[in-house]
Amino acid sequence: MLIKKAPDIRSSEITPKSVYLRRREFIQGSAAALVAAGFGSLADDALAQGGLPKLPNVKKSPLSTTEPPSAYEYVTSYNNFYEFAPGAGDGPKKNSTKFKSAPWTIEVDGLCNKPAKYNLEDFIKPYALEERIYRFRCVEAWSFVIPWVGIPLSEFIKRAEPQGKAQYVEFTTLQDVARFPMQRTDVLEWPYREGLRLDEANHPLSIMAVGIYGEVLPAQNGAPIRLMVPWKYGFKNVKSIVRMRFVEKQPLNTWQAMARNEYGFYANVNPTVDHPRWSQAREKRLPSFIANRKTEMFNGYADQVQSLYAGMDLRKNF
Amino acid sequence: MPTRFRASTPEWTSGKTSEPPDSLSGKPAAPVRTTRPGPRTRGVRTLKPITLLKAALFLAALVPAGALVYGFYTNDLTANPGDYITDQTGTWILGSLFASLSITPLRRLTGWNDLIKLRRMLGLFAFFYAVLHMLTWVVFVHYFEVSFMIEDVVKRPFITVGMTVFVILFALTLTSNRFAMRKLGRRWQSLHRLAYVAAIGGVIHFWWLVKADITEPRRWAMGLAVLLGLRAWWAYRKRVSSRASLQRAAARP
Repeated sequence: MLIKKAPDIRSSEITPKSVYLRRREFIQGSAAALVAAGFGSLADDALAQGGLPKLPNVKKSPLSTTEPPSAYEYVTSYNNFYEFAPGAGDGPKKNSTKFKSAPWTIEVDGLCNKPAKYNLEDFIKPYALEERIYRFRCVEAWSFVIPWVGIPLSEFIKRAEPQGKAQYVEFTTLQDVARFPMQRTDVLEWPYREGLRLDEANHPLSIMAVGIYGEVLPAQNGAPIRLMVPWKYGFKNVKSIVRMRFVEKQPLNTWQAMARNEYGFYANVNPTVDHPRWSQAREKRLPSFIANRKTEMFNGYADQVQSLYAGMDLRKNF
Repeated sequence: MPTRFRASTPEWTSGKTSEPPDSLSGKPAAPVRTTRPGPRTRGVRTLKPITLLKAALFLAALVPAGALVYGFYTNDLTANPGDYITDQTGTWILGSLFASLSITPLRRLTGWNDLIKLRRMLGLFAFFYAVLHMLTWVVFVHYFEVSFMIEDVVKRPFITVGMTVFVILFALTLTSNRFAMRKLGRRWQSLHRLAYVAAIGGVIHFWWLVKADITEPRRWAMGLAVLLGLRAWWAYRKRVSSRASLQRAAARP
């Protein structure tokens, strides 16, 4: 074989300076192309749905983002739902195929004038369903855009008539080992609990979600009813709720009870306050191999919600 | 030099060097060949079981990496493939490292000394998966931003530990060849005892990074306790028995 020594650097190999100076963008662009190739066209997938019952008479909301929703397939196969499986992934989907969410009872109690127990149907019947397309940011630095279907949480609060002493509302997930296999283990303290300050709960962005993509919630996404407060990290949005209780003192939410130094009560999305083990400055809008966007203060809802936290030290109240 | 090296470190080498020279094993020396063998004319021999096992293990150790490549092409690495690949490669660093650390106990329990020939390969696989794991961190987590990586190493203890383990595995890989063994002599063995530190560090790294579910790191920790416990027990027994024999020797008139 004839081995010819190549000239040191061919002129065709010399990167134009303008490209060289923007090499990071170039690499990022190539990676984005690679990722796009790997995942196929997202626009088509976003329309694909799960074949679950459609929710009727859902009206659009001006509170929705105009960002394109993530693909249904990913939103329903990449979940954190410790009652079904530990950690994020497709475990919750795989382990929830037999989950039955009917019949379902919700208890409203605590410091309110109209405590009651409702069937799910009665609980939501008086209200109109709205589509709310929200950004969803997990504390583990990944995010989706999800078209939820739900009802403003303030409606349920109004109906319960909280007393003057009520400052917080606490939510509890169903405790049922037969339906939630991981409740056999001590991975978390069961049942899962979360809470909101009453003014957070009454904020127009806070909803009780009963569906996604126009259909009822799949089990792995928190069927049949869950909280959705879009400016907070995902774990605040307690799933499969069976109880709503009005209380005077700040409730101890499950993750705070598990690791007080890592998860607070407020859990507002905040790029400037890192989790002890990872940065919150950026996030992966899934599907993606890499962090592809900067995390926004209050998950991009700062204009609507920052007044709720005026004068508070958000480093302390993380 | 080669003679001293061979005599002092047969256990710590793999491949041909771990076959003790005949003068050590006490077997009669092989008959001296009268014809000088050509460089590649050793003749056809039947494959030894250990060779087959080594080949099988080599392929098996590539399965997790192959599964990731396959998953990439079939779009089956979850919506968050970066994290998934990080988890998988991390698991297989521990898998390979633990396999390499179980060689000595297995040899001792089975009496099958040839097993030593698998150890270097297993250790190198630990490094192979460590490189992939590290690449996921460099590319997927930090996107080549050196300042973020430095911050991560300095600020986050689980990363500090993980990085230490990587450095150890890198050093062990660099010195895994015969040249380094010869150069380092006795110190080679001391250096390669860092494999224990790497395994302990790996388990700590895993334990510190999980959010709530310690099931898996706990399993690794228990495995590690067995691997290290056996060694400690044997070392203790050896000391006791050598002391006893010393006492017997002293008691003799």
